[in-house]
Amino acid sequence: MKLHSLTAHQIIDLYREKKTSPQEVFKDVLSRINALDSRVHAYARLYRDAPTSCCHKTAVGVVSTQGNYPIPIAIKDNMCTQGEEITCSSRILKGFYSPYDAHVVKKIKQSGGMILGFANMDEFAFGSSTENSCYGPTYNPWDLSRVPGGSSGGSAASVAADEAIWALGSDTGGSIRQPACFCGIVGLKPTYGRVSRYGLVAFASSLDQIGPLTKDVTDSALLMNIIAGYDERDSTSVNEPVPDYTKALVNDIHGIKVGVPQEAFGQGLDPQVRKAIEATMNQLKKLGANVKKISLPHTPYAVAAYYIVATAEASSNLARFDGVRYGWRQSPTDVRKNALIDMYEETRAKGFGDEAKRRIMLGTYVLSSGYYDAYYLRGQKVRTLIKQDLDNAFKDYDVILTPTAPTTAFKIGEKTFDPLSMYLSDIYTIPANLAGIPAISIPCGFSAQGMPIGMQLMAKAFDEEMLLRVAFTYEQNTEWHTKKPNL
Amino acid sequence: MITKKDVQYIAALARVDLPEDKLEGLTKNLTDIVGYVKQLQKLDLKDIKPTSHAVPLTDALRKDIVKPSLSNAQALSLAPQAKDGCFKVPLVIE
Amino acid sequence: MTQQFETVIGLEVHLQLSTKAKIFCGCANVFGSPPNTNVCPVCLGLPGTLPVLNNQALLYAIKVGLALNAEINPFIKFDRKNYYYPDLPKGYQISQYDLPVAKDGFVMIKNEQGPKRVGIKRAHLEEDAGKLMHDNTGNCSLVDYNRTGTPLIEIVTEPDLRSPQEAYDYLNILKLILQYLEVSDCDMEKGSLRCDANVSIRPVGQKEFGTKTELKNMNSFRSVKSALEYEVGRHQQVILSGGKIMQETLLWDDEKGVTAGMRSKEQAHDYRYFPDPDLVPFTIDDKIIDQVRAELPELPQAKLERLIKQYDLSEYDAGVLIMDKAVAYFFEQCCEKYHQPKKIANWLNGAVLKEMNERKTSLGNLKLTPAHLIELIQAVEDGVVSNLAGKEVLTDMLDSGYSAGTIVSQKGLAQVSDDSSLMAIVEEIIHQNPTVVEQIKQGKPSATGFLVGQAMKKSGGKANPKKLNELITRRISNA
Repeated sequence: MKLHSLTAHQIIDLYREKKTSPQEVFKDVLSRINALDSRVHAYARLYRDAPTSCCHKTAVGVVSTQGNYPIPIAIKDNMCTQGEEITCSSRILKGFYSPYDAHVVKKIKQSGGMILGFANMDEFAFGSSTENSCYGPTYNPWDLSRVPGGSSGGSAASVAADEAIWALGSDTGGSIRQPACFCGIVGLKPTYGRVSRYGLVAFASSLDQIGPLTKDVTDSALLMNIIAGYDERDSTSVNEPVPDYTKALVNDIHGIKVGVPQEAFGQGLDPQVRKAIEATMNQLKKLGANVKKISLPHTPYAVAAYYIVATAEASSNLARFDGVRYGWRQSPTDVRKNALIDMYEETRAKGFGDEAKRRIMLGTYVLSSGYYDAYYLRGQKVRTLIKQDLDNAFKDYDVILTPTAPTTAFKIGEKTFDPLSMYLSDIYTIPANLAGIPAISIPCGFSAQGMPIGMQLMAKAFDEEMLLRVAFTYEQNTEWHTKKPNL
Repeated sequence: MITKKDVQYIAALARVDLPEDKLEGLTKNLTDIVGYVKQLQKLDLKDIKPTSHAVPLTDALRKDIVKPSLSNAQALSLAPQAKDGCFKVPLVIE
Repeated sequence: MTQQFETVIGLEVHLQLSTKAKIFCGCANVFGSPPNTNVCPVCLGLPGTLPVLNNQALLYAIKVGLALNAEINPFIKFDRKNYYYPDLPKGYQISQYDLPVAKDGFVMIKNEQGPKRVGIKRAHLEEDAGKLMHDNTGNCSLVDYNRTGTPLIEIVTEPDLRSPQEAYDYLNILKLILQYLEVSDCDMEKGSLRCDANVSIRPVGQKEFGTKTELKNMNSFRSVKSALEYEVGRHQQVILSGGKIMQETLLWDDEKGVTAGMRSKEQAHDYRYFPDPDLVPFTIDDKIIDQVRAELPELPQAKLERLIKQYDLSEYDAGVLIMDKAVAYFFEQCCEKYHQPKKIANWLNGAVLKEMNERKTSLGNLKLTPAHLIELIQAVEDGVVSNLAGKEVLTDMLDSGYSAGTIVSQKGLAQVSDDSSLMAIVEEIIHQNPTVVEQIKQGKPSATGFLVGQAMKKSGGKANPKKLNELITRRISNA
């Protein structure tokens, strides 16, 4: 039995039937990693204990109780885990061993989760291809010459390559959904505030959200049940009851109203993706949904607003990496300005990669004296308009459907020298972050080259259940999610 | 238009050493990106309120209760350099 | 060269609030711990950590705002002030930019023309930074983050102060108000109260402000005044000699008595303030304001006026009493049991205050109860002990905590008033001072005082001076 190829809910069924044990599952996935990861490179590092103890103490034996999920999991390299080196795939954090657990990591441990390792990512989540990592790129399991998307590319690739049963990623502008789409799996970005950010190394605090990357929609609901909920250590965490998301897994979308924004079919959309989305619209109609074209007039401005707001916050969030208290320090050899400033400037120049420096500089620029109103304030105002567009749409529609990304996975190195075109690959995912609403990406086809295509569904704030219901229904009536890359 | 001088100013503000050979490329990158985000200038935003948080929340407060701190050893175990119970940095000139 | 200048001063006071925990984390807010022992992932700015506002810090800030007659903003937020310094763990300070807790208040001071209103522009909450120590032998600096995250309220005046003396008076009155609120120990030596000053001069009659300089590094109100005096003189000299004042930050050197520019020629600051996305805004509704207002103590000015009226005290006596909230409270407790306010005030403002100063301690730390003090005052008034001996009893009382009666009988300090015991001393003194006796007989009765003093000495301070005077006068006139 290939345990590693199963979903979490299939494994839990086997536990219940006493057909396998957490130890066996963990060993199987670990040997899959050992066999494949030199080619896929989904992991930045394995959990330090992983090779020796096959699973964590909490997981042993206790598999039948409710809320207990001894499932091997990959954690993105930006979620603090006690005693582990957490680097955000950046040289500047080399040597930082976290003295505490992120809220989600604590939840995973409490649920019996078995951490396999820390998934590779674009440095500080800056990127859409997982090429900007100090560990080198992750490769797309469907075609190793292509990117897995990003920034949670390692998380997505680990799940797609069966090197993890499920994974956690973080999403600031599409960093869960776009790699899920490129790797043919399911990625959910929850409503802002639904999952605590405590312990997630911040990229853009007002946009970041942690979410599941899974092999199917059922697993997405299960993992949400584990990680969602209020945390008093995060001021932006929402103190609202968390539903049982598996109850939303209903195979019925009769009468569900689906809006499809015409703006999503503009320039830059790959014809094959367009075709797949049109086929999806027909499929949803066949399943009983009312599918209509709508307009979200301000969404074409989303990328511009996003790159102002996100980089401004990032420039400030990354100021703490200065070589003083933790992580990596470059001690200057000769004095240029003064010993302290030289230490700061050289630590940051050599500790951050090029894209990180670009974003820090852009963010510093848009906040600097004389430019705040022209850029940052405008960005925040456009955010209001985009949110209004979406709020209005949700008065009439239950979900909004778009492609997840305008193209399928591109070649490694293809966009490295053109940051702007890389930014535009998040054109469909960014609005949900700006508006704080939940969104999911699920597989909806393949290109002629055999690369996965994904669709994105968005719902109003705190209506993850609606997303899961529509996604589940579509999944139950299609076969895309059952396809596996040939590795 | 972003000039090389602007880029040097920003680099100094952001405490990033910027070698001469990287200046040109970075200036071009930033000019391109700023040129792109300038499309927002087209919109009339006079009466629009800015959004800092998409999900509006207020009044997240903690009680005035003392919780355990890290030990000195734990805190300094993270430090690139330490001395006499403190984090050590190059001599600071005021 | 008779150009007259007007001085314009604005002050920024930083006050550490004495909450139990820090402003954004659960570390203890205490002074004097070993370095880096009151630190946690949040206040060290470790990756992934987030701030949550301490409710008590907010309530204290509202309290300060109300005491400064300020308007409390119904909606406040926190902003990031971005700059790099090793004592600033996150590379930004969480502060308040455009929506501070309080704005548009005032403090009343007095100058030669009478009462003067000093405008309070704003009072906002922020986090304190750590402490940087320079290790010249090791050619390095050391950082202690214990202080990081201590809640601060920054109180900024309008540029309303017109002389270093006014600035000094304002600071003393402000400090007294803040002490009354019991939101801080207001101890400048520990750094819980710090003051920076902005100063400029302009020709009298000119509306525009002159170029200002910012003064830092003053560690007492006295040195704020000295620094301002020095700087005003420097401005005048520069302008009168045709020069221009540069807008800059200067450090006061208390030993040399001069201001000096900073050695690091940093470029102009560009703090890039923006709303902190890790914190949410806060609403301060009337209910909260009313609740805090109800907890406000009687403030110094109101107490002064009431003490004068209620106890018929002089403005001077009442003024000394209110300089220490604990003393004023003690005074009123004594008055409840002993209806001689003037006498109580004299004892408190005299002997007790002297003991406090000598012992460098506060009233609360002295072993003195209102009952004990009243007993002592009564003993003096009834002639049981002399005034002089009474002060000795007080000293003993503060050391031992015993009552006046116990001390008087233990030390045998009771006043001697019976004629037979005193007469022997009187005879001896008269015998020893024939010249003085002669002077008195010649019509210089004031010399009697000298003989009384001598007799007192002889009695070890125990003799009743009134009685002595009586006996000496009678003895000499009878002779």
